[in-house]
Amino acid sequence: MNVAVVAGPDLDTRLRIYRMMLEARRFEESAHQMFLEGLVKGTTHLGIGQEAVAAGLAAAMRADDLTFCTYRGHNHTLLRGAPPGRLMSELLGRSEGVCGGKGGSMHLTWAPTGAMGSYAIVGAHLPIAVGAAWAAVERGTGQVAVCFFGDGATNIGAFHEALNLAVVWDLPVVFVCENNLYMEYTPIGSVTAVERPAADRAAAYGLEGLLVDGNDPDAMYETASDVIARARAGGGPSLVEAVTYRHGGHSRADPGTYRPDEEVRQWLARDPIPMYRARLAGAGASEERLEEVDQSVEAWIEAAVEEAKAAPEPTVDSIATEVWADGGSRWRN
Amino acid sequence: MAELITYREAVARALAQEMERDDTVYLIGEDVAAAGGVFKTTPGLLEKFGERRVRDTPISEEAIIGAVMGAAMNGLRPVAEIMFSDFLATCWDLVANQIAKTRYMTDGQVALPLVIRTANGGGVRFGAQHSQSLENWAMSVPGLKVVAPSTPRDVIALMAASVRDPDPVIFFEHKGLFASRGEVPDGELVGRLGEASVVRSGSDATILALAAMVPKARQAADELSARGIEATVVDLRCLVPLDTRTILSTVAETGRVFTVEENPRLCGWGAEVVSIIAEEAFYDLDSPVVRITTDHIPLPASDILEDATIPSVARIVDTVTRSLD
Ligand SMILES: Cc1ncc(C[n+]2csc(CCOP(=O)(O)OP(=O)(O)O)c2C)c(N)n1
Ligand SMILES: [Mg+2]
Repeated sequence: MNVAVVAGPDLDTRLRIYRMMLEARRFEESAHQMFLEGLVKGTTHLGIGQEAVAAGLAAAMRADDLTFCTYRGHNHTLLRGAPPGRLMSELLGRSEGVCGGKGGSMHLTWAPTGAMGSYAIVGAHLPIAVGAAWAAVERGTGQVAVCFFGDGATNIGAFHEALNLAVVWDLPVVFVCENNLYMEYTPIGSVTAVERPAADRAAAYGLEGLLVDGNDPDAMYETASDVIARARAGGGPSLVEAVTYRHGGHSRADPGTYRPDEEVRQWLARDPIPMYRARLAGAGASEERLEEVDQSVEAWIEAAVEEAKAAPEPTVDSIATEVWADGGSRWRN
Repeated sequence: MAELITYREAVARALAQEMERDDTVYLIGEDVAAAGGVFKTTPGLLEKFGERRVRDTPISEEAIIGAVMGAAMNGLRPVAEIMFSDFLATCWDLVANQIAKTRYMTDGQVALPLVIRTANGGGVRFGAQHSQSLENWAMSVPGLKVVAPSTPRDVIALMAASVRDPDPVIFFEHKGLFASRGEVPDGELVGRLGEASVVRSGSDATILALAAMVPKARQAADELSARGIEATVVDLRCLVPLDTRTILSTVAETGRVFTVEENPRLCGWGAEVVSIIAEEAFYDLDSPVVRITTDHIPLPASDILEDATIPSVARIVDTVTRSLD
């Protein structure tokens, strides 16, 4: 009997992943637009171009799995189930934002669906994800912790401490390095002892160095499904290096001009969203079905933006709340 | 029935009491399990609770603190040991940026019921990197509760309160007190955070002290009594929450205030306490407030030098006597 090797997930899953990527893209394009309009204050770090990583992983996770991500975390928080209008409201500093306006773009958290925080100190959340996985094992919940971080985080101590402990304690953590080739403005290659900042370090912790095309959602999904299943079955942690690229600059309105034109051009040509759309069309998704997704995401983002723009500003009564579990901030009697 | 035990024995007893009661309480740290702790504060816990709940870690302070933070987010009430409080500097991001701020930044979505225990303070000739009194580091960060007991009884009562507290607590155990003894009653002991203890009453002066400075302040008060000066001694026990009610009421009674602080001078806990007194009890004061602190220097190792640096009984007696002259 000939067994056909079918690459990639089934069509429904693929359409779901396509939709997730598109939602993340539109969400961040809108966030950027509102940043330029002065509605989103402070800073943003967009994952535009890197959506295949977020969508591939999120699609492969179980509802009660836990996500830990960085300040470049709009897409991860969104795709793990944060309500889009409230997420956008947080970027606008509104009271109905997911963190009541106290978090902002770099600290998006939606614990009800396992988006356990966006961490803005490089590397800090790797050991935190290890701890969440440790609790999952001790409580027998079967949860897996998925921890996203940049290439730059592989050179900070917490990365190494976290990987070692996760391996020694055999914990269900999936470490996902989103290698977008740059830290802020400096290329990772110019400050790193090895060529593959995460994959080449895996051996130091007895792990396999998994290098994946981070612009290929199917590859991300398949890899994620494997390593998550292995972690859930007690097979311990994994370290995945997803090679990808951010289309824009590091943050805010950074034009990213420190990157060679030719490099940018090549990566823009590998934009995961049109590439995937074409792949799905080739794999049997009708144009109507794809168009339906496109249209419905347009309506979806409009609603989210409207909700955020209409959301009330916070009142100063909320400033001194939720320092402590009693809801307040008193430090004396 | 009461029993005389050491401060170090009280640590193990407190942890055992809480681990017995609540099976989500875990203990991790360097050498805490098989070795029973480098200060022998955790012997017997591994045998009693098994290797899952009492676990040795690599020398990875960031991983230790990150692990308890993540675990607290996901249903455990973990306790971490940082062997010497000086080592908190290696994981201060996790303590001050992550643990302290997470509840606030998430607007209450994420609770972190965890305890970080650490051996703090000097007097044991270890030199400047193993002897600091760092309660004020923790006190200066919104979102951390800060406990520093001075007696075996308080070690148990306040450890129990810390483990049960829904917020993160930094629990400073004083190295210089580990061998000291005190009475503890039989049965479960649970205290409350944010309650100072008036350990001695007198109408001439108030001496505010913390941790290892409490027995010194008490002894100084006894010597002052022989000179006809009766002092109230307050053991603050907790810096956050701070029992300002007790502090201010004793100030109102005596009109004279001295702090005895092991930390180096600048921004020590006494600076905050004194500023509260200045704002709220100025007209109760009969004389300027005096802070008796370690000089603003790293701590020297030599016994002669260290003893001359940390506030001593003689220095307290002297300072109080001269101020009251
Ligand atoms: C400990 C720490 N050092 C420096 C910074 C400032 N910083 C913010 S993002 C960033 C670049 C991080 O690069 P990478 O890990 O590759 O993530 P990317 O931004 O590319 O997603 C730097 C240096 C920080 N936030 N934390
Ligand atoms: Mg990067």
